[in-house]
Amino acid sequence: MADAAITVEGAEKRYGDKKALDGLDLRVARGTVHGVLGPNGAGKTTLVRVLSTLLRPDGGRIEVAGHDVVREAYAVRLRIGLLGQHAALDEELGGRQNLELFGRLHHLGAKRARARAGELLERFGLSDTGRKAVRQYSGGMRRRLDLAASLITEPEVLFLDEPTTGLDPRGRAEVWDSVRSLVGGGTTVLLTTQYLEEADQLADRISVVDAGRVIAEGTADELKAETGGDRIDVVLRDAGQLGAAVALLPLTGVTADVDRRLLSAPVTDRMEALSGVVRALQEAGIEAEDVALRRPTLDEVFLHLTGDDRSVKETA
Amino acid sequence: MTAYALTDSWTMTRRELARWGRQPVQLAVNLVFPVMLLLMFGYLVGGGRGVSGAYRDYLVPGMLALTMAFGLEGTMIAVTRDLDKGVIDRFRSMPMANGAVLVGRSAADMLQSVLTLAVLIGVGAALGWRAHGGPAAFLGAVGLLLLLRFAMLWIGIHLALVAGKPEMVQAVQILVWPIGFLSNALATPDSMPGWLGTVVEWNPMSHTATAVRHLFGVPGAESGHVAPAVLWPLALLAVFFPLAVRRFGRLSR
Repeated sequence: MADAAITVEGAEKRYGDKKALDGLDLRVARGTVHGVLGPNGAGKTTLVRVLSTLLRPDGGRIEVAGHDVVREAYAVRLRIGLLGQHAALDEELGGRQNLELFGRLHHLGAKRARARAGELLERFGLSDTGRKAVRQYSGGMRRRLDLAASLITEPEVLFLDEPTTGLDPRGRAEVWDSVRSLVGGGTTVLLTTQYLEEADQLADRISVVDAGRVIAEGTADELKAETGGDRIDVVLRDAGQLGAAVALLPLTGVTADVDRRLLSAPVTDRMEALSGVVRALQEAGIEAEDVALRRPTLDEVFLHLTGDDRSVKETA
Repeated sequence: MTAYALTDSWTMTRRELARWGRQPVQLAVNLVFPVMLLLMFGYLVGGGRGVSGAYRDYLVPGMLALTMAFGLEGTMIAVTRDLDKGVIDRFRSMPMANGAVLVGRSAADMLQSVLTLAVLIGVGAALGWRAHGGPAAFLGAVGLLLLLRFAMLWIGIHLALVAGKPEMVQAVQILVWPIGFLSNALATPDSMPGWLGTVVEWNPMSHTATAVRHLFGVPGAESGHVAPAVLWPLALLAVFFPLAVRRFGRLSR
């Protein structure tokens, strides 16, 4: 498996009787972006902390950039960058001071550390921050500086632990752009997120994690296909006719959302379902605003996989 | 990686010095606060129960020792702040000598303590206080004070690593003050109820204060406290230095 940047086999980590990692397996190919998707408490952060040598696993074989995270922690540290959930910066210092500090601690030497800090500030659009303390940065700026700090040595493997949690949409877009610009430079990125959209946008492959283990793995398309393929959405003009429409339409497993006047159901034959629905509505005189075929969203995939369908309202 | 231990420690020390540059007011407040205490006890509260001779001669060395002991708080606040901000995670995930985080902290705190002592001694001198023991004794006294601070520093690091959160510092602050005042820094143990006097005589800080008074040639200061003033901090270091280092290593648990 020479082309794997990250190999995890049967990773275990316990806190008391709670298993944060319960036999987790993961393999990430070099130069790809891998999304680790899961709810709070699924073990995502524990996984990142183990991979980045911050936390010692209780069991399993775990290699990053070809080195064991326990026995060769130093070799791993030479080759990784980490963007944790909380900004790992000196808040009192300025952006340049932070990057020079981390550059020196990477043993670049004073001159190269200074040059590198300048390059990174430029690249992340932070050159004009001057002497301003990081404490006074906006959330998006702080995150970009944090990301710059994890890229000082152009790491082989970069860990991003919920990189956009707590950011507004603009800050999120800024971080996404930065991450996209990294890919193609050959860096392998492991990204954890609670946001399905984020994994969908950024990741080549996705591992869905729940209770410390991987419950599904594949590309976003593969995962969507696993939930049962396409769906049809019907939006009615009058919410009062939802019940009648459910009884009448040639569909099974229909879910209804009263607020959005929306009916949704899985379909097997796309064209037959579409024409059947349109014909049935016309014959019954029920007005529709929209009828559309679509792939399931990752949200639906996620709920399906974790067996948590509470947010889907079934109607008879 | 040990090849970089010195370089990294120096880089971490410089980080703290850079913070002073960013927050000169904070540094000034830290330096002025002990001066305020000195003036307050010297002039406002006054007294010096049980002290024969000039209270100022008694008070200045006591204040120096008290300030070194209170340094524990500053260390603890700085370490918990780093833990809370996650910046320690970045340090720990980097190919640097891990101990440099703690060494840099100690070096910066010791530097600040030297500054604090200089300011306090300067103000004391301006108020008319003089050391009478000669230069060697003077340096010896400063050495004892810094040794006490060094022991407090490692207790502070250990407590910070145990507490983890800045909110916990307050709990320690509540304890540090009575322990600081339960010494002979401000009043003699003879002036206190019997059992309290015994506690005060046992307080390591009291030995440092008395030894420093002796070395400064304060009239009536007992001799024979220099040895305990050396041994107590060394004993505390022997306990808390390994505990703190072990605790730091355990961040990976």
